[in-house]
Amino acid sequence: MSLNKENDIERLISLMAKLPGLGPRSARRAVLHLIRKKSVLLNPLSEALRNVSANVRQCLNCGNVGSKDLCEICSDEKRHNGQICVVEGIADLWALERSSNFKGQYHVLGGVLSPLDGVGPEKLGIEKLKHRLSKEKINEIILALNSTIDGQTTAHYIADELQDTQTQITSLARGVPIGGELDYLDDGTILAALTARKSF
Amino acid sequence: MDWREEGILIGVRRYGESSVIIEVFFENRGRHLGVVRGGVSKKLTPMLQLGNQLDAHWKARLEEHLGSFSVDLVKSRASSIMMDRVALSGLSSICGLLNFSLPERESHSLLYKKTFELLDSITFKKKWLTDYLSWEITLLEELGFGLNLSSCVVTGALDNLKYISPKSGGAVSLEAAGDWSKRLLPLPNCLRGFDEGIEDLIEGLLVTGYFLENKVVASLGQKVIPGSRSRFIELIKKLTI
Repeated sequence: MSLNKENDIERLISLMAKLPGLGPRSARRAVLHLIRKKSVLLNPLSEALRNVSANVRQCLNCGNVGSKDLCEICSDEKRHNGQICVVEGIADLWALERSSNFKGQYHVLGGVLSPLDGVGPEKLGIEKLKHRLSKEKINEIILALNSTIDGQTTAHYIADELQDTQTQITSLARGVPIGGELDYLDDGTILAALTARKSF
Repeated sequence: MDWREEGILIGVRRYGESSVIIEVFFENRGRHLGVVRGGVSKKLTPMLQLGNQLDAHWKARLEEHLGSFSVDLVKSRASSIMMDRVALSGLSSICGLLNFSLPERESHSLLYKKTFELLDSITFKKKWLTDYLSWEITLLEELGFGLNLSSCVVTGALDNLKYISPKSGGAVSLEAAGDWSKRLLPLPNCLRGFDEGIEDLIEGLLVTGYFLENKVVASLGQKVIPGSRSRFIELIKKLTI
């Protein structure tokens, strides 16, 4: 009996060690902490995990995750303002949501074009985006993709694909980050910031 | 084991949570892989963009190990072309083809020089589309499938060269082709060094594409030509419309 319990704990440690940011040692510490705080942490955590596991699904409209067929953002009428922000992944969507400034909807591509990884347009949600444009009233597509070669190649590809839809296509600005010091910026960022300068 | 050399970054892929495996094309060492610890950090990500010129220091206990790189930026090409869709697409195609076709740790000095010049032409927005075609011809040569377009492979004639033999990659004159002409590939003028516009260039890319598909792919087994090349050609086609 006690051997089984030990196996359960070892199994939990090995599973926790697979999480990002955790290794075997930190997983062991986390599990020990959970065991010590059984009623405050372990039980609510296990219940939350069970609930998420039972209910989590991908939003049929935008590719976000939620507990219903349509995520909270897509089912909120107030967010149907004619803007769709295209992002690479859910982490990017969450980052934009944290800023609380964008009041439109999202579209999650699920990756970017990458010849090295064999990711072509067919593996991204571009057709789904086109379908959304044909059935929803959209005025603007905001391409919020990473400023990397793959990210920008994907942005240009999407812009080309949506050229015939007559929808305004914009992209995020590039330049000096808040708190950034010019001396520490790379050439590319300085170039982008200079190119996109505006009257003060 | 350790050495230091300047090279062109042609591939980056995530390795674990905070590291990346990069592929760098060196003049003396060819395509070489290595881990960059902390490669996804804010400091290193702008440096590790495709096409950038890096000063790379490789270390490993044994020669045959993957090893690790520490890198410094020599020249940032990626930042200059971020807003240019044709340049971006061209860069993706170049890096994709190098990744796909070059064997590891085998020097291709001529191809390196051509790649360096082509990437600089793209960065400084010179006329580079014909240079791209010439680069693909060099790539084929370096892989052992060079095209011999100076004279007819059948008769040795120097004039009226109109076709390419899909088997040998040699030019064939109109007279020598005869009834076989339908089985031969057309020889666009751009492949003979003349700049005849975008449509002729696309013809040239179709020819190099044929040899990449039928010779290089066949020699590499299960690999497929990266989609970035076909997307690049599609984009050039749109420029002509």
